[in-house]
Amino acid sequence: MTPTIDVCGVTHRLGGRVVLDDVTVRLDEARIGVIGANGSGKSTFARLLNGLVVPDAGTVRVGGHDTATHGAAVRRTVGFVFTNPDAQVVMPTVAEDVALSLRRHRLGRDEVAARVQDALAMVGLQGFDDRPSHLLSGGEKQLLALAGALVAQPDVLVCDEPTTLLDLANTRRVMGILHGLAQMVVVVTHDLDTLDLVDRVLVFAQGRVVADAAPAEAVARYRALVG
Amino acid sequence: MRRPPAPGLYSPGESRLHRCGAGPKLLGLAVALTGLVLASSVAAVVVAAAAAVLGYAVAGVGWRVALAQVWPLRWFAVVLVVLQWWLAGPVAALVTVGSLVGAVALAGLVTVTTRVSEMLAVLGGMAAPLARVGVDPDRVGLVMALGIRAVPVVAGIAAEVREAHQARGLPPDPRTYAVPLVVRTLREADSVGEALAARGLDD
Repeated sequence: MTPTIDVCGVTHRLGGRVVLDDVTVRLDEARIGVIGANGSGKSTFARLLNGLVVPDAGTVRVGGHDTATHGAAVRRTVGFVFTNPDAQVVMPTVAEDVALSLRRHRLGRDEVAARVQDALAMVGLQGFDDRPSHLLSGGEKQLLALAGALVAQPDVLVCDEPTTLLDLANTRRVMGILHGLAQMVVVVTHDLDTLDLVDRVLVFAQGRVVADAAPAEAVARYRALVG
Repeated sequence: MRRPPAPGLYSPGESRLHRCGAGPKLLGLAVALTGLVLASSVAAVVVAAAAAVLGYAVAGVGWRVALAQVWPLRWFAVVLVVLQWWLAGPVAALVTVGSLVGAVALAGLVTVTTRVSEMLAVLGGMAAPLARVGVDPDRVGLVMALGIRAVPVVAGIAAEVREAHQARGLPPDPRTYAVPLVVRTLREADSVGEALAARGLDD
């Protein structure tokens, strides 16, 4: 079941600068896009949803769990994919890296192996098990990072600019996989072309949600904002 | 000449050594290295070299992978041979450098035939008694995995900083080299910490 995410009156500062300013939104659509200029607060907003950032004021609840007090439960529900997969890929081989996400799940060896294979198949990396993870291409590394998030079977997947470092073919490949998932997906992106298939787009500017609409309307508002 | 592959990487295979558990291999390595150090003789060096050659042949990983395990030692070994020869004679030089290269070759044989996750499981098991004093054995294993991962990552950052200097035509300067290296390494550590937290490994 897809949980509802409630962001209520959230304000957050970084180094004295307000990066999120009284943000209130409820997310329950299957596909949500988040856009905005650099420094607009969208990446901080994404980190709120996984509990990586705890707001200075206000609350974030995922399926009823407050991220400030139930961080572990929230992270079991919300997977996260970063812009740079190099930071996310830790173990020396592909299968070992995917299995790392299950370390705290206390599963048997066979179940871990089965879930790793399922996750690799979901992202098209079947047969890559023993490949050195640091020798993969950029696109393959991002798919591996995606598999590392999906293997934990989260109900929500938050992706912070997952295609920024990828070429066109790999961008399409990653977005195709994201759109095919059963989970709720929140994608932060600068690539407006990838928003066609989302249900709703939030536009951030100066730490506030300045538009919250269907993709066409939200993108038009964003373009008008940028000038 | 093409450079050998990076040392210490698992090389997939189905050999007897690959199928052997990490525990027996680590135990065997500990016994072999202890024997090599205690014996400290030409005979021990010859036995270690023969064991390493036989081991790599059984593992079937190829001579390039085998060479890669000891390749980073080459300049150090040359300096050590010269010093030992000068200070203690040719036999001492052979024993010292032979023991060092033999030990690294045998350790490399274990790492190329054993997945890191298998080694961490063994090390985690060994650290299990520490749970009584509040040490998380899983975390001990994770720290070791991150340590192993850090070697090629920091080497990669160092290479990028060096290239950036060359691209800007800057002369070699330890200060302008060290500062970006340290800053980028710390930022990388922050990113990895955040990624591990996002994967629930910090809970």
